Amino acid sequence: MPKLTIAEAIREALREEMMRDSSVFLIGEDIGIPGGWGGPFTVTQGLAEEFGHERVIDTPISETGIVGLAIGAAMMGFRPVAEVQYCDFLFCAMDQIANQAAKLRYMSGGQVKVPLVLRAPTGATGRGTQHAQSLEGLFIHIPGLKVVVPSTPYDAKGLLKSSIRDDNPVLFFEHKLLYGSRGARKERAGIEILGEVPEEDYTIPLGIADVKRVGKDITIVAKLLMLHRSLEAAEELSKEGIEVEVIDPRTLVPFDKETIINSVKKTNRLLIVDEGPKTGGWAAEVAAIIVEEAMDYLDAPVRRLCTYDVPIPFSPVLESYVIPSKERIIQAVKEMLM
Amino acid sequence: MINLEKEKLLLLYKQMLSIRLFEDRIYHFFLQGIIPSTLHQYQGQEAIAVGVCTALNKDDFITSTHRPHGHAIAKGVPMKKITAELFGKVTGCCRAKGGSMHIGDYSIGMLPAIAIVGSGIPIATGVALAFKLKKTKQVVVSFFGDGASNQGSFHESLNMAAVYNLPVVYVCENNLYGASTHISKVMKLENIADRASAYGIPGIVADGMDVLEIYRVTNEAVERAREGGGPTLIECKTYRYSGHSRSDPAKYRPKEEVDFWKAKDPILQFRRKMFEMNILTQEEDEKIKSEVEKEVEVAINFAIESPLPSPETALEDVYA
Repeated sequence: MPKLTIAEAIREALREEMMRDSSVFLIGEDIGIPGGWGGPFTVTQGLAEEFGHERVIDTPISETGIVGLAIGAAMMGFRPVAEVQYCDFLFCAMDQIANQAAKLRYMSGGQVKVPLVLRAPTGATGRGTQHAQSLEGLFIHIPGLKVVVPSTPYDAKGLLKSSIRDDNPVLFFEHKLLYGSRGARKERAGIEILGEVPEEDYTIPLGIADVKRVGKDITIVAKLLMLHRSLEAAEELSKEGIEVEVIDPRTLVPFDKETIINSVKKTNRLLIVDEGPKTGGWAAEVAAIIVEEAMDYLDAPVRRLCTYDVPIPFSPVLESYVIPSKERIIQAVKEMLM
Repeated sequence: MINLEKEKLLLLYKQMLSIRLFEDRIYHFFLQGIIPSTLHQYQGQEAIAVGVCTALNKDDFITSTHRPHGHAIAKGVPMKKITAELFGKVTGCCRAKGGSMHIGDYSIGMLPAIAIVGSGIPIATGVALAFKLKKTKQVVVSFFGDGASNQGSFHESLNMAAVYNLPVVYVCENNLYGASTHISKVMKLENIADRASAYGIPGIVADGMDVLEIYRVTNEAVERAREGGGPTLIECKTYRYSGHSRSDPAKYRPKEEVDFWKAKDPILQFRRKMFEMNILTQEEDEKIKSEVEKEVEVAINFAIESPLPSPETALEDVYA
């Protein structure tokens, strides 16, 4: 089985879905320009040459327009895969996402469907505060949207295929440090996550978490970059005899709470690690679910380890201070087991 | 005036009258508190919805705004389904999930109306993109008001439609006010249509009180779009007789201004013309009026007699 990066796995998924279904097209900035980059992180490289510029549509710098056009085309039977270059730019298109895509089906009484995917690179990468946010948690608060957060090449391909085939608007968050982009677009602080990805068609249904590491002493729930930091922390803790169970939710909406509840019933402790800010965030939602539904199984208070409630700063020493590190994860686990 | 057959002219008249009498009648139910929420009414602007939609084919699409009743009637959404939606009944076109500001009927080519000012413009542009990719020769009309032309979505959309040469006609109904604010306070230009030149597309100023002129200019724009000639911006100069919504007494408008525009009433004007040219007789006029009144009453009775939705259906239709 070939080993791919996440960027390559996403490209594979796009290519296969475009071959399988003529209603799939891509729309975004700098995605098909000859001699360009294939989008900000090389994901769409080669697709314009293969499928033509009618199906890989380069746009002006117009995020509202990108999302709005995708919504209109989706209601007419297409399955657009739109993208913004950084998820921070989703705010430019927020009305189209939150007021239109999320609500058109509902307010039409079920007359229309809006089957679109909106790809958005997330996470802090040394670019300063407006190219750095982790916004995936924000969108779980808007009924009508689905939110997908892949952390491995295998998951990225299977989840993107499911997202494209889904009849609803799906926000698909890709972490910049996990892409494994190469050449000039390589991320300096990136983690090289090569993973086996089947060449044949497969999908991963939305709404099924994955236990990425089995353990008995404590449960960590984490996504994207924080998942990988948690796995590193678990590896180190294992050397000290602490066995951490690490759960990757893979999708935030729909959300597989059962897998987490079952894990907590076994470990009796829950730590949520999130690159989003702490207040009012996704981690708080997970904590609330467990307190409501599995309180009796807890031997320690649920704990959230999140980015501090500040905008992401520029200098690497500042940036890495505000985001949960492997060391802070290890420390939190130890405190919870004391 | 007479490039159109008599029957078509009578239909234009009847449709405008339908909108006027419908809006006048449902206002009473609003005053009685029977229609929940407010209403944004279309009296005064009837020539635009009717003139524009008459230039469209059945499989063409429109997008609309917070003021959608006229567009819906002109495109052919059954009046019963519109009325039931206003009354919050399960037989409404959006199963009582949408209400006045989201009237729409996909099956007749009207997407659910979009009540955020300017936000329907990019979506209409996406519909046009779909038509172009499918090579269907369908056209979409994007209705919006003068206020929407100050939104960023207007700029992004017209630019993209121009660049991609999309089959869309942007119909700006300039009724001089965005809520209570007069256009002169928020725009230096005399004509919104002049903004078209910024995108390299045709911009046309039309008399929004003249149904035949609206029909003619729309027809040209629609044919151009259908044949691959790209988008057009049409500005229709018009006036809304009511306030912004029915909770707005419109004290910011001078009486002389209201009188000036009412003297140009699109329905009276057209009726007068048809009398002069012997296209319409007094008897025919009476007959048309009573047919329309009957249709409105049937729609209202249908709405009144329809059941309310079961409360738990509020949990349906979030996801497909």
